[in-house]
Amino acid sequence: MPTPTKGPRLGGSPAHERLMLANLATSLFTHGRITTTEAKAKRLRPYAEKLISKAKVGDLHNRREILKVIRDKDIVHKLFAEIGPQFADRSGGYTRITKTLPRKGDNAPMAVIELVAEQTVTAEAERARKTKFAKDEAAKAASTEETKVEDAAAEDADQDADAPESATKDATEEPAEGADEAPKAEDKKDEDKKDES
Amino acid sequence: MAVPKRKMSRSNTRSRRAQWKTAAVHLVACSNRACRQPKPQHVACPACGQYDGRQVVQPA
Repeated sequence: MPTPTKGPRLGGSPAHERLMLANLATSLFTHGRITTTEAKAKRLRPYAEKLISKAKVGDLHNRREILKVIRDKDIVHKLFAEIGPQFADRSGGYTRITKTLPRKGDNAPMAVIELVAEQTVTAEAERARKTKFAKDEAAKAASTEETKVEDAAAEDADQDADAPESATKDATEEPAEGADEAPKAEDKKDEDKKDES
Repeated sequence: MAVPKRKMSRSNTRSRRAQWKTAAVHLVACSNRACRQPKPQHVACPACGQYDGRQVVQPA
């Protein structure tokens, strides 16, 4: 059973709350970012992210489930065609809430909720090296590398071709170098902190 | 109906009201090096509109 939301309904009645959340989600997907009160933003975040998760699956059943909430078919199409594929690399955390100054009229705490536009760090790194990380595809890589090595050995026997062998070595060494650099950077940060203290 | 038995003295009234004080808002310097204006913590800067290096709102 899902955990019930604590506190009173938005707007007063359950029906009013459903309508408000649906309208907030529709506005968020239309504009990409909306300014609203902090309480509404906090309630909207899980609601909107579940809709995006459904859109990422992209089949007819999920489209009908989303149409229960968002009545505008143009917005639903945008959700499936643009917003879903945009978050293909991201597993959750599709929206970001940033607090802003309280509203002038009633001093209500306000916030900006927006769809995250940046790519994830892992996605950018993978694009830079044009491969997936070793830990994700370790099993596949192991099986393919073995076959490659055998092929290379056969070729070496026939010809004195060093190029394929060196290429495979570089490919295997690159991830190891990246792993070494990260702890060094952390050590430096620690040293800086010690100096400050 | 319940009613007060004694008049509330001026002293007691003023003692009660003296406890109702304001507290200064906690402000920190904006993390944007070009701005450095004081702002409430965990809030997008009202002067430059940035939060955590991102432009979140347009400054008024």
